[in-house]
Amino acid sequence: MTNETNTTAIVQRPSFLKAVMAIVQKDLSAEFRSRELLSAMLVFSMLVILIFNFALELNIDVRRTVTAGVLWTTFAFAGTLGLNRSMAVEKDRGCMDGLLLAPVDRSAIFFGKAISNLAFMLIVEAIVIPLYALLYNETRIFQLEFLGVLLLGSIGYISVGTLLSAMSVQTRTRDVLLPILLFPVAVPVLLASVKASGGIIEGLPLNDILTPINLLIVYDIVFIAISFMVFDFVVEE
Amino acid sequence: MIEVKKLVKRFGLKTILRGLDFHVEPGEFVALLGPNGAGKTTFLRILASLSRPSLGTVHVAGYSLPNESAQVRARLGVVSHMPLLYPDLTAEENLEFYARMYGIMNAAPRITEVLGMVGLEARRKDLVRTFSRGMQQRLAIGRAIIHDPEVVLFDEPYTGLDQDASTMLDEVLRSVAAKGRTVVMTSHDLARAEDLATRFDILSRGVITASAKRSDFKNTNLLDFYKKALAG
Repeated sequence: MTNETNTTAIVQRPSFLKAVMAIVQKDLSAEFRSRELLSAMLVFSMLVILIFNFALELNIDVRRTVTAGVLWTTFAFAGTLGLNRSMAVEKDRGCMDGLLLAPVDRSAIFFGKAISNLAFMLIVEAIVIPLYALLYNETRIFQLEFLGVLLLGSIGYISVGTLLSAMSVQTRTRDVLLPILLFPVAVPVLLASVKASGGIIEGLPLNDILTPINLLIVYDIVFIAISFMVFDFVVEE
Repeated sequence: MIEVKKLVKRFGLKTILRGLDFHVEPGEFVALLGPNGAGKTTFLRILASLSRPSLGTVHVAGYSLPNESAQVRARLGVVSHMPLLYPDLTAEENLEFYARMYGIMNAAPRITEVLGMVGLEARRKDLVRTFSRGMQQRLAIGRAIIHDPEVVLFDEPYTGLDQDASTMLDEVLRSVAAKGRTVVMTSHDLARAEDLATRFDILSRGVITASAKRSDFKNTNLLDFYKKALAG
């Protein structure tokens, strides 16, 4: 052990974007090394898809109508698992305090966590969708419009979920509390996502599914703005 | 360096700090002592801008809390009994992450210096989850001083450490203080506090009930002073 010499740290106030990217990179590095969160989300999603496959006797018409519902149910539950775990990692070892102690705008923490949560959810979706297509012989889910709706829905779900998981993680019943808080608030985004995705699978013209898509865009903007404004108060005692 | 006046902190109906006054000069090493539940951790969390005061004024390094909390956080390092480290990152990656969060330019030499200071240079590429509790605590100190803060807060840094690890931590704490930093440390270990600190404040029932400098202990010792302060 040695005393500190004179290599004084040259400190600047970190930019918002650099802080966000530091959190994202940290989360991705830690997760790709441990694979705790992704493996839990993936195994859970695959089990749900398999259970639906065995539970529902699906002819081609029924399949067309239930695909969006099955997929969004799977992603919503798997997303909750990921959101809980992602914030618990910060809380359990006091790392959330470490983030809060950094001299950055605290909404940077929200955006960093939300972007990494979104990345995990999109990775799960990228694996689950081909699996679903294989099991259900349903190839219309590879349309660009469907994937666009998937992205919009995931952004909305993750933005509200990251905010609520920052609240619920501070309680003893966080595993139970997050879905109880999240699902009622996320109903509009889930309904709009199912409606828009279902419409695309059924081959409806874009005009017929414009309303749920617009609702998704508005929901995303509103919840990102709300989270930006209130995250500081949510995480501070 | 730290100026606190009539600080009150309430959680619901429970009042933890009851009009606390506290003043620390630059370069002082203050040991904040007191029984469990006295409000030591709550007080340090307010100084660290992790918690808002209910009433009263708090200034750290010339900046007011909570209004100028980002400026305070840039000048402050905090070590608690939790390491605030990511177990799935290496020691070096943890320090790199915090260096980025503190906006440190060209962080590599600073990281090497800090790892050397806490005696972990040889383990820089190892995952933190493979570290002993003592090593994690030393790395936590490295994390807290990576941005060369003017003020360092230690909240029960010896919790869970064995004798050897505690002795190593003594050395690290001394070297942190040796650079002229202002240090406030809470501890239940009176012997260690007596060995390290230059001033001793007793916090009991939400207020500072007694304060003494090391030079005041000519005919008495810290244990007697502590007992008298709590009895009074």
